Amino acid sequence: MLCQALTLGLGYNATLVTLGAAGLGFAAGVTGAFLVLRGRALLGDAIGHATLPGLAAAFLVMVALGLDGRALPGLMLGAAVSAALGAWAVDRLARRTRLPEDAAIGAVLSVFFGAGVVLLTVVQALPTGRAAGLESMLLGATAGMLRDEALTIAAGAVAVTLAAVALGRSMLWSAFDPAFARAAGLPVAGIDRAATALAVAVTVIGLKIVGLVLIVALLIIPAAAARFWTDRGGRMAALAGAFGAAAGYVGAAISATAPALPTGPIVVLVATAVFAVSMLAAPRRGVLARALRRGAGAGPAPKAAP
Amino acid sequence: MGEPGRDTNPAALALHAISAGYGDAPAIEAVGASFPQGTMTAIVGPNGAGKSTLVKTVVGALAPAAGRIEVFGQPLALARHRLAYVPQRASVDWDFPIRVIDVVLMGLWRELGLFGRVAARHRARATECLALVGMEDFAHRQIGQLSGGQQQRVFLARALAQGADLYLLDEPFAGVDAATEAAIVAVLHRLRAEGRTLVAVHHDLATVTEYFDRVLILNRRPVAEGPVARAFTNAALATAYGGRLPGLPAAAATAAE
Repeated sequence: MLCQALTLGLGYNATLVTLGAAGLGFAAGVTGAFLVLRGRALLGDAIGHATLPGLAAAFLVMVALGLDGRALPGLMLGAAVSAALGAWAVDRLARRTRLPEDAAIGAVLSVFFGAGVVLLTVVQALPTGRAAGLESMLLGATAGMLRDEALTIAAGAVAVTLAAVALGRSMLWSAFDPAFARAAGLPVAGIDRAATALAVAVTVIGLKIVGLVLIVALLIIPAAAARFWTDRGGRMAALAGAFGAAAGYVGAAISATAPALPTGPIVVLVATAVFAVSMLAAPRRGVLARALRRGAGAGPAPKAAP
Repeated sequence: MGEPGRDTNPAALALHAISAGYGDAPAIEAVGASFPQGTMTAIVGPNGAGKSTLVKTVVGALAPAAGRIEVFGQPLALARHRLAYVPQRASVDWDFPIRVIDVVLMGLWRELGLFGRVAARHRARATECLALVGMEDFAHRQIGQLSGGQQQRVFLARALAQGADLYLLDEPFAGVDAATEAAIVAVLHRLRAEGRTLVAVHHDLATVTEYFDRVLILNRRPVAEGPVARAFTNAALATAYGGRLPGLPAAAATAAE
């Protein structure tokens, strides 16, 4: 059954989901690499949770307008707006107050998520009874994904990846030495905003597959795994994309083998397995390689000749 | 000093009542100073005197709360391309996944822009700059594999790649070996001989007279400024460092008093 799933033999819907998850994983991995290197990985968590009030509000607005409240483009738009608001709030709190960024992230994450849960209760109390789709966006739900939805996700993933590649060098440079970058004339604040926008985009296209609670894992884990294999930022981003895509593909295939298996958590678990293997077995930075070097008395990482 | 901006030969750097710092208490207040072209100035002062803050403000990494900065007679915003920056070595993560050559390429940002492709001629320029500091053999190393002195040379190579007329260096000799210190001084003196202007935050009072021709003694406000022979006096150092200076160096400047 798993073999069938991995070779896209489980039918039309499973195939759509598997390919969509792979595309999402790639975009998330590449974007996440730059966030992790800039030291802003947790911003992804705030962005993810901050989508919830936007989702619920978009549903309410669409129903009020007499539209289908579950229409994915509308939900994505609402999610993007509230996620952007959340990211903006984190930025303001960290810059304008004495709050450190991690505290700002925690505050924004919980306030937005709390507001989202309240709105969700409002939605569920509606007589329409069509709200079931919304809570599924917490952890992702791929059963019954439509062709248009899969295409939207794929197009979004391609756009995010292209933008990340185009901005890659500038994002790496401002991550390595932001003070020099600013002095040399790089628009560091603008580059940071662009990276935030990419993270928002990844979150929004990932709602249907991984869900808003776990999307941060797909931003961070492939990047963290890739760091073990290479000492070059560009390669790390590419490798993180490959790991993310593999996790998306394999995770979606596994979840397609049984009806009760949720896609998002399985994708994250597969990514975690990739991370564990990387941490143990990577040739130079891995735990085993380090232990072997210590055993051989060669000391830590090879140093340059004086 | 003539009217700034109308000089035919303006100072490389002129500070007019600069205040800057993080939060409510400014780290530097009302700093005015002038750095003539073709000179090499040491900024000295006790810890917390605001030396790094001043450098960061001048290079535009930090916005001043008040005051005006002129570079070759022009406002900083118009002349930023004439300025190169060597930040403190400890200010970055040396485990970052980037190679030596890529760090130096950062100095070519003005040519490359946001989306430009790094071409062979850019790599050639970066390699030349590495050669000037004796680091060309390390171009493809990951930066974490370098010693402290080598890291500092790479930062200097990156500033050389900026092709600037005014260099601001934040503790270029901190934690480097004697050979590197001599190599860096040689590069800086060559730049000065070419008519470029250098301003360095410096900690070792014993070498000020040997390396530099001018000094700015700072303790949140300027204490003394001018040619080393005139401004680098025990009296000025005592004012700046208060009681915290263990044995004033035998400054060459006592004769000038």
